[in-house]
Amino acid sequence: MKVAVITFPGSNCDYDLYKAAQQVGGDATFMWHRERGLAGYDAVLLPGGFSYGDYLRAGAIARMSPIMADVITFANAGGPVLGICNGFQILCESGLLPGALMHNESMKFQSKDVFLRVERADTLFTADYEAGQILRIPIAHGEGNYEADKETLEALESEGRVVFRYVDSSGEKSEGANPNGSWHDIAGITNESGNVLGMMPHPERAMEELLGSTDGIALFTSLVASLQTS
Amino acid sequence: MTNATAMPVPPREGDPEITAEVVADHGLSPEEYERVQRIMGRDPTFTELGVFSAMWSEHCGYKNSKRLLQLLPTKAPWVIQGPGENAGVIDVGDGFALAFKIESHNHPSAVEPYQGAATGVGGILRDIFTMGARPVAVLDSLRFGDLDSGRVRYLFSGVVSGVGDYGNCVGIPNIGGEVQFDRGYEGNPIVNAMCLGLMKHEELITAAATGGGSPLMAVGARTGRDGIHGATFASEELSEDADESSRPQVQVGDPFTEKLLLEASLELIASGAISGIQDMGAAGITSSASEMAGRGGSGVELEMTDVPVREEGMTPYEILLSESQERMLVVAHPGREDEVREILEKWELEAAVIGQVTDDGKFRILENGKVVADIPALPLTDGCPTYEREGKEAEEITALREMDLSEHMIPEGDLTKTFLLVLGSPNVASKQWIYHQYDTTVRTATTVRPGGDSGVVRIRGTNRAVAATTDCNGRFVYLEPRTGALAAVAEAARNLVCVGALPTAITNNLNFGNPLKAHIYYQLRESVLGMRDACSAFETPVTGGNVSLFNETDGKAIYPTPVIGMVGVIDDVSKITRHAFVNAGDDIVLLGTNTGELGGSEYLYVTADLVAGEPPSVDLEGERALQQAVLKMNHEEVLNSAHDCSEGGLVAALAQCALGDGEAPLGIDVAIDEDLRPVVSLFGESQGRILVSVSPENTDQVLALARRYEVPAQKIGTVTAADGGFSMKVRDASLSASMAELADAYFGAIPSIMDAPEGSGS
Repeated sequence: MKVAVITFPGSNCDYDLYKAAQQVGGDATFMWHRERGLAGYDAVLLPGGFSYGDYLRAGAIARMSPIMADVITFANAGGPVLGICNGFQILCESGLLPGALMHNESMKFQSKDVFLRVERADTLFTADYEAGQILRIPIAHGEGNYEADKETLEALESEGRVVFRYVDSSGEKSEGANPNGSWHDIAGITNESGNVLGMMPHPERAMEELLGSTDGIALFTSLVASLQTS
Repeated sequence: MTNATAMPVPPREGDPEITAEVVADHGLSPEEYERVQRIMGRDPTFTELGVFSAMWSEHCGYKNSKRLLQLLPTKAPWVIQGPGENAGVIDVGDGFALAFKIESHNHPSAVEPYQGAATGVGGILRDIFTMGARPVAVLDSLRFGDLDSGRVRYLFSGVVSGVGDYGNCVGIPNIGGEVQFDRGYEGNPIVNAMCLGLMKHEELITAAATGGGSPLMAVGARTGRDGIHGATFASEELSEDADESSRPQVQVGDPFTEKLLLEASLELIASGAISGIQDMGAAGITSSASEMAGRGGSGVELEMTDVPVREEGMTPYEILLSESQERMLVVAHPGREDEVREILEKWELEAAVIGQVTDDGKFRILENGKVVADIPALPLTDGCPTYEREGKEAEEITALREMDLSEHMIPEGDLTKTFLLVLGSPNVASKQWIYHQYDTTVRTATTVRPGGDSGVVRIRGTNRAVAATTDCNGRFVYLEPRTGALAAVAEAARNLVCVGALPTAITNNLNFGNPLKAHIYYQLRESVLGMRDACSAFETPVTGGNVSLFNETDGKAIYPTPVIGMVGVIDDVSKITRHAFVNAGDDIVLLGTNTGELGGSEYLYVTADLVAGEPPSVDLEGERALQQAVLKMNHEEVLNSAHDCSEGGLVAALAQCALGDGEAPLGIDVAIDEDLRPVVSLFGESQGRILVSVSPENTDQVLALARRYEVPAQKIGTVTAADGGFSMKVRDASLSASMAELADAYFGAIPSIMDAPEGSGS
């Protein structure tokens, strides 16, 4: 399975994502944002970081990078695209996902482990999870407060496109569980066809017991398995 | 060395005339100016005066500290690069080397906390990657006044945001550090940032300019008018109106450019197209070019009109002394300039040839081909006058130290209340409010995050890890500098062994007041002597560091604060221990002895608003034995947790072990029966103590191992379930609280001050 990890100027989780893909048997390649052409790739990963320093607005400049035209074509053709943290922000800015990621409610950068509930275990990114499973995954962002207009939120909910939600350790919605003020406690969503996933938490940082959690592994194994069976 | 003398240089049109006042404004004494004249064989030009002023500032020239620093041990078989380079480098095994260094940004942070702190992080990152190492972790060591002042809260939150935003954006995890709040830092916050970088041995590159004719290239950001004379500014006392007038001397950071510069620099080094690289840090092009020439025993010639600038009309003086951030000076191999340009272009940065290495030993500056400065390079970098001064302890400190503390040994009112007060003091309380603003997990290597005794990052592809900590209790150093410095080194070493790391080397940051005052010089000298003794005893040589003097506002100096940044090596990541208790039913064992020292304690500060008494004594042999015993226990895998006792004493350490990060607290049931007053047993900050928790079946082995190393050890109680609460008996006194009460005090302390609506404080 060939996976492209796109490096934008200012990406800083590209290496972590590359290693995570490799760990589950993915054949990962770094692609510089000015390169073109995604033919031959089975999946595209947009890493976290601060593309263009988050200047103007997180992801707002990266969406104009040459490679993004190819990412959009790839996604519209049904190719799996995963955007994590800044990658999620870029996906929203490029229109591949609806809504926007605003400054955290606290107006502070937040970095810690959070708990997520898997809302859908039937996507190509989550098939190796159980629905309702509680995950422990690190976050690290200043702009992760997901917002969208009322219609979009209703559509996301009614179409079951909210894949991950912030909860407490027992899996319940509670005060303090949502780290950024995100509407509907949204941590990750897909597009209508389900082949594009954006999420603020970092599953690529939850791949080893030594580092605190292995709850991110299943996301990457799900992706690899879906590509092998498709 | 070439016997270089200065050639005559006519004054540049428009430059001011050099008067005694201009010389004084440049921070040079009349004697120092005479020395400049002797070196030059004539009067310097205005540009040359600026260059001397920067290079002979304390910040670059170490004129008041160099002779003392020479007393420190710097050698060990594992030291690859000692002091004098951008960073120290040690061998950490399996072909890996660790570059590490600490640096201060106190003066800029006092004036503009956000940018001051941010550029402090930026500078220390560049010091690491110019060695060829990839930065893998940062730590920050901070000091502020008490948080009841609105100004202090502004400084604190600005500094934390600055440290966080810069490191977060570049993508380097923060793995720890420390913060102390005390009125001794009211006017002058201390902002020290430390960075660790990893490389393979063969990737090491140094910052020497050799090879006459080699092109010198400026890479990265353009040069602007920001930060001119920052180095000289950093070497003066602040006055009350400093924050307005000094703002132009503070630089502005751009972490995005830094990230690109980091990747480009590592790619440049790997390409083999360059022979040397150095950050244009303090004193900008001046220091980077002259230091590279000095190290290489060569000269440099730079054309100012070739330097990419941000604004028109900059004079050579301004270009030479600008401290614009995110710039590097590179020595390219002749003929490979285009390769350098291509790499920088890929990373969307500029590179320009601005001069060349020469063989004549001169630091020569041209403007449109006309010489505007011509200085012998070696006397410029190595000829800075150094001073040894008379030091004498201030009488009021002798009096404070000798104060009778006995009236404070009887607690007023309820002991539990006092305990919660100490636990909820920002100095003892959880620092989550700070490090939750720092990315701690990027790069997927952080094995122990902030909040423990030391931060740990594993070395991918090996079974190894490196650990780091920063430590110094300024109160102890204030009360007795030599003992305080011993304690700082000892605490750092204890923090490392608590995670299972062998203490290996240190970088230090000497933060002091004005050394021209006898009592400050006394503090500086005594601190260095303490550090020397401890580093020798622990075999942790000093591989570099930073000196920040003149930390005074309106004549009031900070506590002397020699911050120790210590690194250690872990050879088996599976054996790492953490500070939190893990199982109810485990035995709690105290290694070391409560020696009944209350001087300089947080208890005195909180309950009596007092910084007084004899600071805790340090027994170097005992400390060494304790370190070895804990490492042996770690190696034998008989410890479930280990935690150093420091601020707040034994009871605070127990609470920290019981609470952990707040997710899975456990209770304790502890009884102490010793010939000390309960207050002293609980809150005294005696050195040489580590709390461990042990599965009951291993307790005998732990006690036997302690005996073998002649370390006093006693089982003092057991870990209980959280609902058992926190229960201690100390002689005839007792103390008990629920874990929820503890958690409120400990985790709520800093947020309740910092997140409260403004206007509630002064």
